[in-house]
This record gives sequence, C-alpha cells and structure tokens, in this order.
Amino acid sequence: MDKVFPQTTYEGIKIHDWDKWEDPFRLTMDAYWKYQAEKERKLYAILDGFNQNNGHLSVTDARYINVLKLFLGSTPPLELMAARGFSMMGRQMNGAGPRVACQMQAVDEYRHFQTQIHSISNYNKYYNGMDEFAHQQSRMWYLSDGKSFFDDAITAGPFEFMVAIGFAFEYVLTNILFVPFISGAAYNGDMAAMTVGFSAQSDEARHMTLGLECIKFMLEQDPDNLPIVQRWIDKWTWRGTRKLASVGMMMDYMLPKRIMSFKEAWEMYVEENGGALFKDLARYGITIPKCFGQTIEEKEHVTHQSWIGFYMKPQATPFHTWIPTPDEMDWLSEKYPNTFDKYYRPVLEHLDAQEKAGNRFDNKTAPMNCQVCVSTMKFNEPGDPMEMCFRESIYQGEKFHTCSDHCKEIFDNEPEKYIQTFISSHQVLQGNCEPDGTDVNAADFKPGQNMLDYWKLDKRALGDFNGSEDQKNFAAWREQATKN
Amino acid sequence: MAIDLRTVSITPLRQTFGHLARRMGADKPASRYMEATMDLQPVENYHYRPTWEPQYEIFDETRTKVTMKDWYALKDPRQYYYGAWTLARGKMQEIAEGDFDLVDELGLAAAYSAAGKEEALKVFLPLRHVAWASNLNKAYVSSYGYGIAISQATCYASMDQLGVAQYTSRLGLAFNDLDALSAAKTAWLEGAEWQEMRRYVEDLMVEKDWFEVLVAQDFALEGLLYPLIFERYNEKLNAAYSPVFSMLTRFQREWFGETTKWLDSILKVTAAENAGNKAQLAEWIKHWRERALKAIKPVAVLAFGGDADAILDELVQNLNARAAKAGITL
Repeated sequence: MDKVFPQTTYEGIKIHDWDKWEDPFRLTMDAYWKYQAEKERKLYAILDGFNQNNGHLSVTDARYINVLKLFLGSTPPLELMAARGFSMMGRQMNGAGPRVACQMQAVDEYRHFQTQIHSISNYNKYYNGMDEFAHQQSRMWYLSDGKSFFDDAITAGPFEFMVAIGFAFEYVLTNILFVPFISGAAYNGDMAAMTVGFSAQSDEARHMTLGLECIKFMLEQDPDNLPIVQRWIDKWTWRGTRKLASVGMMMDYMLPKRIMSFKEAWEMYVEENGGALFKDLARYGITIPKCFGQTIEEKEHVTHQSWIGFYMKPQATPFHTWIPTPDEMDWLSEKYPNTFDKYYRPVLEHLDAQEKAGNRFDNKTAPMNCQVCVSTMKFNEPGDPMEMCFRESIYQGEKFHTCSDHCKEIFDNEPEKYIQTFISSHQVLQGNCEPDGTDVNAADFKPGQNMLDYWKLDKRALGDFNGSEDQKNFAAWREQATKN
Repeated sequence: MAIDLRTVSITPLRQTFGHLARRMGADKPASRYMEATMDLQPVENYHYRPTWEPQYEIFDETRTKVTMKDWYALKDPRQYYYGAWTLARGKMQEIAEGDFDLVDELGLAAAYSAAGKEEALKVFLPLRHVAWASNLNKAYVSSYGYGIAISQATCYASMDQLGVAQYTSRLGLAFNDLDALSAAKTAWLEGAEWQEMRRYVEDLMVEKDWFEVLVAQDFALEGLLYPLIFERYNEKLNAAYSPVFSMLTRFQREWFGETTKWLDSILKVTAAENAGNKAQLAEWIKHWRERALKAIKPVAVLAFGGDADAILDELVQNLNARAAKAGITL
C-alpha cells in the first residue's frame, strides 16, 4: 500500500483509520452531471446574451474593467493550479472518501478557470491588458505572490496542501476572496462575471466542507497531529492574508461603485465568521492563527499601501491606475477614520498634484520582495504606520529578506524550500527574465532592458486610466450606443 | 468582424488572446475549447520543487518517455472543456435514467430469468472494481500528465469511470439487491478468474510513466475488455434472455465508443511526432496487450466457455487494427 500511496506518511501526520473520513459530498456522478449540466446551460446562455448585446457597455464606468484585468491575471491561473493539485490529492489520498471528494473538487476547478476565462474573453476583444494573461502568469512580478502561494501548496505534502487550499483558502478566506468580486461585478453592471461567480459559489459550498473535514479528520486521528496542523494553519492563514491585499485594493479603489470597504469585509468574513470557526475548533486544541492580531491592525492600511504601490509603477502592469476622485477620497475617509486622512490622503493628494503639474511619479527601480510571500516590501512595522517593516534571516551565509514576523517564521521553519523562491528582481539581474532569443552573453547585454517584451506587455495597457485608449473607446462607444 | 448594436457597430480591437492568435497564426475568434485549454498550464519560473519528488519540477515533461514539441497537439477531437463534457454526460445520464426507470416501471429486471441474472452478474459485476481502479489510474495520468489538453481529458475520463462503477453497481442492485455487490467483491478479491485482472490494474497503480499508464489502462485493457463485455457478451445475453442488460449498460457502451475516438487520435498524434514515440508506443502496446489478454482470458472463459479463444483472437485483431490506423506498427 505504501507504494500505491507513497506520499501520505512523510509529513508526520499519523492516520490509523482512513475509513473514518467519509466522502463529504455523497454525490453520485449521475446526479452531479445532471445538476452541473443544468448550471452550465444557464450560465452559457447568459454569457452569450451578454456578449451579443455588448454588455460591456453597461458597466458603471470603464475603470471597472481594470478589475477584470487584475482578476484574469491572478485568478484563473490559480484555479488551474487548484484543479491540478486536487487531481493529485484525488490520486494520493489513501481513503476512498477523500479521494472521490478531491477528484470532484478537481473537476469543479477546471470548471472555474474555464468559465472565468470564457466570461472575460469578450472584454478582451474591446479593452487592453487582458490579451496576454496566459503568457504573463509566470512572468509578471506582481502575479508572483499568487503563483508562489499555489506553488508552495502543491509542492508540499498532501496534508499540508489540504490545509493550505482546502482549509485556509477555501474555508477561512474564500468568502472574502470571491464575494467582493461577485458583488463588485453585480454592483457595477457586469452580468457576465457576476453569473460566473454565483454559479461557482454553489460548487464552493461543497469545497468548504471538504477542507473542514480534512482538519477534523487529522485532529481526531492522533493527538500528535495537533502541533503540525496548528503550524500549517498559522502559516497558510498568513500567506492567504498577504494574497488578499490586492483583493482589498480592488474593493477600496478600483470598483467605481463600491460594495463595502475591505475593512468592513474583513470584520464580517474573517473576524466574525473566522472567529466562530476557530472557537469551534478549540475543542481539538486548535488556537486562533498567530497572525490574527496583526491582520486586524493591518486591515486599515494594506489596501492603501497596495494601491499607492501600484500607482507608482505605471510602466509595469497591464491594468491602469488613477487617483481617487474627491468624492471617493471622502468615502475612504469615512470608511477608514483612523488611517486614511492621517496617512494616505496626503500621499494621494500629493501624487495628484504632481500628476497635474506634469510630473507624474514613476518608480523605475526594481522592487524588493519578501522571500516568502513575494509581495513587494511596502507594509508597515506593526504599531508604527510610518515605518516600513523588514525582517531578515541568515541561511548558509546568505541574507534573506522577509516582509513580516510571520513570513520570517515561515522562512526559518523551512529555509531549504524558501531559498528557491523565484524573485524577478533578482532573476532579471542574472539574465533570466529576457524575451526568448536574447543573447545574455553578448558584450552589450544589459539585464532588464526588455521587460515589456519579456512580459508581452501592450503599451496601451500601461499607466494612467486618464487618457487611456480604454477610456476614450468606452466613452465613444457608449455615446454611440445611447444617443441618436 | 463587426457587431451590430442598434444602429452603430463597434469594431473590436482584437479577436482573441495573444497565445491563441499565435497558435492559429492569425487574430481570429477562438473556440471555447481552445480558450479553456491551450497554453494555460505553467511551464516556467516555478518557485519550488515538489517535496514529494524533488527530482522533478511541478509539471515536468520528463515524467514520461514520450516526447512532444508541443503538448497541446494532444487535442481532444470531441473538444471537451468542462461545459461541453458535462453537457454531453448530462444527456447520457438522462437517457440512462430513462432506461433504469423503464426497466423498473415494467418490472423487467424482476422478470429477467434467474439463470440470466446469474450469468450476467458473475461476469459483469466484478467489473465495478475494474472501473474503480480505472478511475484511480486515470487520475494519475491527469495529475502528472503535461499540459491541460491531456490533463483535462483524462480528468473527465477518470470521473466517467467513477460513473461507470456506479452504473455497474446499480445494475447489480436492480438484479439482485445488495447480495450481488458483496458476492462480486468476494469474487474480485478471491475468485481465481479475477486475480490476473486485479494484478494488472494494481500493478498500474505503481507504474510511474503516465503515458504508459494511459496506454496500458485505456488502450490495452479497456480496448479488449469493453468490446468483450459490452458488445459480445451483451449480444449473447440479449439473444438468450432479453435486451434488459443492453438497456442497463447503455452508458458504458456509448462511453467506450466516444472515448475510443479521443484515445485513437491521441495515439496517432503522438506516434506521428517522432520515431522514438512510435517505437515506444509499439513496445508498450505489445507488452500490455499480452498482459491484458492474460488478465481477460479467464473472464472470457467465464463468459463464453469454449468460444473464448476465438472471440479474444478477433478482439486482438481489432485492437491491432486500431494501433495500425494510429500509425503504430506492432
């Protein structure tokens, strides 16, 4: 049996009776096909109608489309990794129950990345910045955090994968990941993305059950599993939190019509729901993830820091940025009474004034990244919003930088893994981020001169929304469509 | 292409994504299958090596001896992305459901003669364990195969086999309640007729080359087993009893016919890629065909007695013909 299921012992998790983990879905394939076929029929009928009627012109304002650019680059590629990862779990788990459940989740994840691509495909025909998402998924600096998250999970053992994706991602964080996108689409007139999202949510309900079952199964099987599971919960809740900064930025800055602030969403979905979940798990000896306190403090900061960070790199993303309008700044002041006016409004107003004076800020230097989460270093020292947070570890005589105590701890637990992290700021200097066919040994070779080609980044997709082709086209098309 | 919107038309900036335009050699609309499949699996800049097999990258072309310049040449002629697959299966399950309902409504299973039931169940029902193993082996191919073209087709096939195992069980329940299932399990674990078959599918569970697993499970084994059971044995039972067995195995028969088209096209493209592939496929097919024959023979004898050899000879000829058509010389 060890040869048939070779992966389930080396992580140190002790299992005595695999039959205790039953398939939580209890869904036969004929029922599955029946329900899912019905959902697909409806979904594609709506997508076809939306596309035929130029539904893209019904969104609130063309800035919204940048949400889809961010989403297309970051989400379908990760759903794809979930599909491949759960297939592996569906092969590697010893028990028949979890195997079938993981296989079902795998095939659902195929559904998710494919329907997401199908729903955004029509936008790609009319707007810039979406056309090279497949190429950019492994090359774009700011997509590296999501890639490292899933690469980390899939290269871990099967039980850690289940905690990382099945539990932390699909259970603790899933609502704050997807509800804002779906509600954001609904609020902003994007029926295509909204329908895809709602349709996927009915699958997610199944997936959440699987993640929680896995945690309980491990904890019930042997008391020695508790410290391992706790360490994984601490690690993956933090890694997920870091990944969420960009979702929060979307909510606070990119949706023309906002649903709620990231801070409010965090309070509702993570502090309240997550808090209740960990209370429930306390009977197994599980404690609230170590990072919880820090995430509560950071919820008032990270979205502003992220948006300002992206605004400052106008030559390096396939989506546009902008300074919020005065109304929008007032909304942010109201939603972030402790931090926005004090720390972030002055920065945004300064950047705005500089932009209007023809001196738009453009940070051309390569960023410094965290060795674990690969976020650019931009988050503040706990308790001191005016000080940027840096940590460092020495491993085999080399210095490695991390963005926080939690990432440092993850590094120190498994340095042999995290020294492998692919950080483009470093790789570019070694000649590893060049378009195919570049001779890195040529006498006149200068690393990093061809980044736009390496990324296949369309110049029309760069920089400010104001003055962009998207802005002009949308205005002209809407004018044509609504006036005589 | 211009899209009419009331009295105005909007000219798109582009017709499709960059990776698809490069593939098609032109900026033109791509099918949903292409959008859902091509070039989506990461191929570079992986962050970490698998802790479970550090000798490989997360996705690694060297997990099989087969080589391809472009793994997306392994396209599915059925163009199954998730939506197309699940709609096709949704239709098949609806028809199967109708058959099961009709058999139930007319009391056809109860009216099936006791001798017929016994004959059908002893050969047919242990196959639920073969389907279950097939589910696992296809999951392996899907997990470690390279590129989304092959990983998604085998993922769907793996789920299909879970469905096949469940339909097989339902026939058992229709014919003989729960006793039939436990008798079939005993036969699978202990019956002499089934041990070579069991060894075959279980050996595949430790086979490492995913393409070899595909050839052994899907081509060699199922390529002999499905025609034996769902064509020949089906005909025999129909002639002797009534077409009820046919009605309750329609899903499997349709599935095999459809899946064969896909598999043969995969083998054809792989063999045409280079001489090394062609020789490798031939070697695998010859090796696994002999083993499959050994595994199936006792089951064929159980089903056809003295006619088994002649029937198997014919099925092997058919399998060889499929290989030849795919350009593989055995």
